[in-house]
Amino acid sequence: MNNFEYRRASDTKDAINLIHQQEKSKFLAGGTNLIDLWKYNITNPTSLVDINHIAELSEIKALPDGGVRLGAGFKNADTAYHPIIEQQYPLLSKAILAGASAQIRNMASNGGNLLQRTRCYYFYDPEVPCNKRVPGSGCPAKLGYNRIHAILGTSEQCIAVFPSDMCIALAALDALVNVEGPEGKRTINFADFHRLPDDRPDLDNTLKPGELIISIDLPEKGFTTNYSYLKLRDRHSYAFALVSVATAMELDGDTIKDIRIALGGVAHKPWRSKEAEDFLIGKNASAENFSTAADLILKDAKGFGHNDFKIKLAKKAIIRNGLMALNPDTQLPGAKPSA
Amino acid sequence: MDVNKTVGQPISRLEGKLKVTGAAKYAAEYQVENLLHGYVVNSPITKGKIINIDIAKALAIPGVIDVLSHKNRTKLAWFDVQYTDMDAPPGTVFKPLHNENILYNGQPIALVVAEDFETARYASTQITFEFEQEAFETNLQNNTEKGRPAKKGFATALKPPPPPPTGDFDKAYGQAAVKVEAEFKHGTEHHNPIELFATTTVYKGKGKLTIYDKTQGTINNQLYVANIFGLHYKDVRVLAPFVGGGFGAGLRPQYQLFLCVMAALHLKRNVRVVLDRKQMFSFSHRPPAIQKMRFASDINGRMTALGHSVYAETSNFEDYTEPTANWSHKLYPSPNTLFEHNIVPLDVYTPMDMRAPGGSTALHAIECTMDELAHKLKIDPLELRLINYSEMDPSSKKPYTSKALRECYLQAAEKFGWSNRNPEPRATMRGNKLVGYGMATGIWDAFQFPARVEAMITKDGKLVLNNATTDIGTGTLTVMTQIAADELGLSLEEVDFQYGDSKKPFSMFQGGSAITSSTGVAIVVAAKALRKKLLKKAAQMENSPFKNASDEEVIFNGGNLHLKNEPGTYVSLKNIIAFNKGKAIKTTNMGKPHMLKLRKYSLATHSASFVEVEVDQDLGTVTVTRAVTAVAAGKIINPKTAKSQISGSMIWGISKALHEETIMDDHFGKYINTNLGEYHIPVHADIGQLDVIFAEERDELINEIGTKGVGEIGLVGMPAAISNAIFNATGKRIYKLPIHFDELI
Amino acid sequence: MKRTETQTPSHLQQGTCAVNIKVNGEEKTLYVQPWVSLLDGLRDHLNLTGTKKGCDHGQCGACTIICDDKRILSCLTLAVMKNGSEITTVEGIAHGEELHPIQQAFIDHDAFQCGYCTPGQLCSAIGLIKEGKANSREEVKELMSGNLCRCGANIGIIDAIMQVKDGGNNE
Repeated sequence: MNNFEYRRASDTKDAINLIHQQEKSKFLAGGTNLIDLWKYNITNPTSLVDINHIAELSEIKALPDGGVRLGAGFKNADTAYHPIIEQQYPLLSKAILAGASAQIRNMASNGGNLLQRTRCYYFYDPEVPCNKRVPGSGCPAKLGYNRIHAILGTSEQCIAVFPSDMCIALAALDALVNVEGPEGKRTINFADFHRLPDDRPDLDNTLKPGELIISIDLPEKGFTTNYSYLKLRDRHSYAFALVSVATAMELDGDTIKDIRIALGGVAHKPWRSKEAEDFLIGKNASAENFSTAADLILKDAKGFGHNDFKIKLAKKAIIRNGLMALNPDTQLPGAKPSA
Repeated sequence: MDVNKTVGQPISRLEGKLKVTGAAKYAAEYQVENLLHGYVVNSPITKGKIINIDIAKALAIPGVIDVLSHKNRTKLAWFDVQYTDMDAPPGTVFKPLHNENILYNGQPIALVVAEDFETARYASTQITFEFEQEAFETNLQNNTEKGRPAKKGFATALKPPPPPPTGDFDKAYGQAAVKVEAEFKHGTEHHNPIELFATTTVYKGKGKLTIYDKTQGTINNQLYVANIFGLHYKDVRVLAPFVGGGFGAGLRPQYQLFLCVMAALHLKRNVRVVLDRKQMFSFSHRPPAIQKMRFASDINGRMTALGHSVYAETSNFEDYTEPTANWSHKLYPSPNTLFEHNIVPLDVYTPMDMRAPGGSTALHAIECTMDELAHKLKIDPLELRLINYSEMDPSSKKPYTSKALRECYLQAAEKFGWSNRNPEPRATMRGNKLVGYGMATGIWDAFQFPARVEAMITKDGKLVLNNATTDIGTGTLTVMTQIAADELGLSLEEVDFQYGDSKKPFSMFQGGSAITSSTGVAIVVAAKALRKKLLKKAAQMENSPFKNASDEEVIFNGGNLHLKNEPGTYVSLKNIIAFNKGKAIKTTNMGKPHMLKLRKYSLATHSASFVEVEVDQDLGTVTVTRAVTAVAAGKIINPKTAKSQISGSMIWGISKALHEETIMDDHFGKYINTNLGEYHIPVHADIGQLDVIFAEERDELINEIGTKGVGEIGLVGMPAAISNAIFNATGKRIYKLPIHFDELI
Repeated sequence: MKRTETQTPSHLQQGTCAVNIKVNGEEKTLYVQPWVSLLDGLRDHLNLTGTKKGCDHGQCGACTIICDDKRILSCLTLAVMKNGSEITTVEGIAHGEELHPIQQAFIDHDAFQCGYCTPGQLCSAIGLIKEGKANSREEVKELMSGNLCRCGANIGIIDAIMQVKDGGNNE
């Protein structure tokens, strides 16, 4: 709960320069997670660089290749309700609207959504050890209460999950993340943006120090006919996913031509399995085939006690969401299971 | 002549406009000159001692005034009894900043006082403590061998231990035709009113304090402050005109009051202390409990044995109990009973009454066990209740002053469509969803506390009433105004009920669904005395037609005193006061329960809840699609606010059944989901259709107005009704709350 | 137009930012440190205590206000971030003595008990109606789920919004 300086950046160059001037500087966009973490004494920035007034970050525009570029500063709600997104990327729209609350979606930026930190109880309590917060201090979640924790891609050091809904859809859509830093611009494949905890659970993603997310590119293929986002949680809205599934399909009759299945609430990053998706291509979109694919996705899944149920639940969710994607009209507000 | 009655009318809350415009002020919202802000520091360890505190860094921050801890606190009352409060269980009251000992995780250990809130908050992170840690125990299940009956004390009057055994339980249970044995587990819950606990203390000099506090008992906290800090009772004024929810958490003084007053006296300044949400998990809570049920019946469903034994958490310093094993035999006759309530002291803060304490935990176990028994007997669950219906209280063998539970069962079942229930579990589908019906009974106390009310007619002919009670959102202001208006034949606009102030005549804390009957009766008693006085004064007026009129021969209506037989003959209340030289005519009277008469009776409210759930057949997700609760609670003063009390507590039932739990990590001895993101209470999306029925229940015995209270009865039946509906939907019995959807896959 | 300025305590002069905001139609200048939340700025510095603090972490919705025509959480917003913004709080919803229809509907439907979450519910409801994304009752419930009510006045709240949203037609 330290005090900090506040500076407004006028453009991206300014923002990157300002962040460079002070150690422990942070970019401030919606603030919905950063201010929260600061108040819990978990992050202690000495300086905040407000990027809310940079015009370049607040755009949404069509790209010449048929895709769409989402400004990092564009708000989650504006994105979800934007006609281009509703029409061309309905999966993304549904996933965004399944997250947080209307107020938070009005505040939260697209770039910030990618940078959400885990909701692990132990990460959020500065009085207890946590390898993500204080590297080397230990992970109480493994032997503690781990209902909300990961079943895939965990490490000895960390079993935290990444809490975003939006990013599960972005992972399914093979988005690209455009970033800019002191060393210039680069583009990161969405699959490579977030990382597994391994022995560096303090690092959530592959951004380099001082790099700013500028925009997110969505490839042309938006899966407008067969898609579904399913979110399972302890209340019907305004709770983080225990398991969520984004499914996007391209069908030829009953046969799957292309499919993406991304899982949320199960790992340190949005989870996809090439093996499972490859298995489904050329097959019928049936419960049986989704079931086999689910087994492939979850074959290395491991529970820690309280979260053992996620393995079973994730399988059932993958199957159901596959079937829901056949008829996207079955989607209910809040990404609840179909009626 | 026609007298317009407001009692029984659905009057909108009289303070409504203040609440929808933001004008209603809560404890942290009073603008006070030169206000200092306190921020509390809590213990990160669970048990042990503070060895050292380094406050130098905090004190060096510009704007920091002081840091109070056990090292430099002011001299305080010495004896435990001086720290006690009206709701204190037997034991040794927790004394904040008393010494270096840490008794529980989150215990307040210091208060930073600064010129502004942000500086106090920042400085609170700049204090370093050294602790010596000791081993602790926070797990109920692992410590049941420590279970023992609670010590008796002042609080025992409202929370009696379970009745002694009757018949030969072991034999009867052993030989019973049909029996069910089950063990139920309930986790910790925290009240979590949305308003944070807060106190603003105005230092008036010479030991005088005006305190705006979040509390359910202004006088309770006034006594507490005066006793501890050695102040004159009359010099301490506690005000709580608006309270942003209590649910029991405000029945005892919370530590922010203590710390705020201490700082104000120490610094001779005005001070405000507001807790944060995490700190809202650092005091009272509903205790976790383990309940072992053994119920048996004959083949026709008549109960032959009721066994209910309870292990519930308490702290290591106070013996908190809540009536839990007491309830089944108040509903169902049985010749053989065995009830036990054991408390298990652990290294936690003392639990505390939380909306329907004991009852909501107990009735879940009792009514789920009854449901299981009905299933075994192949008797409809409602039918089983009717087979065992008792007009009198089997546990005390006394008649109820009134009991319209049968009407509740029948009316709610009718409205719900219970007759369409398929008794076969997992047999009814709606698309992907399994549909289940469940029902349960509710029973709760009908308390009345002594209360004093001052009533007066002012020179403008208005009725002003004074009583120290709070209105925590229950509708107390509106309901009291209605009762008073009818007593004097006035319109609601002509009545001014003033409350939420310890300077006003006595009220107990607002708990136990008791205030309508307590302050309400005092109003009736005071109004009667006031009518007498007004008549007496009117009779003294020149050529008064009331000279020889008795109480029975007059009527108060429309701001006038009339002769009953000659309604055209009247005098206005204004004129009576004018005749009294413009001086208000007033009276102060006590309303109290008629103990001698009521000793022969049992007193209770009853309810019946019917619930429909949908459970996703693959994913287990549960939705309470609709519920009907019928309540028998005597006379309903205001059906609008009473309905909100019931539907609100039905939502508490949904929350208890499916959502809320505080998770203790026993490795650290601390709660880990201490925020509203992870401590789930239902959101709008969780709430389906809820219907409330008030069964007609005339009670001429219970008190002058025939009321019983509606604050808690709507909650008690719901968790079991939901659990039973889930069984009907899925065939799965989950013997714990909350039920997580993944347990239904 | 009246302009109100707040005082800064002497120990905080250094690093203080001037934040110009229009609150409920009035121009205000707040002199605050960068770490003062908009919620604390409104409550402690402008004495607009109608906006409530329930969790201070974006988990209850009690602090919801309308900022530049959108409902947001003032607890997770720094006051300095909103320099130049236009803000409506619960104190600014009514037109003088005449209540906004949603305020009257809350009273009529008994959509509150303790009243503490009410300002946030009201501002959120106004934001929801303005957004125009909620048609069915289910959608209203979903899009109001960022506002918790511990008293359990949920039914009245949704009834009130349905009535006002559809211009008095509660279907």
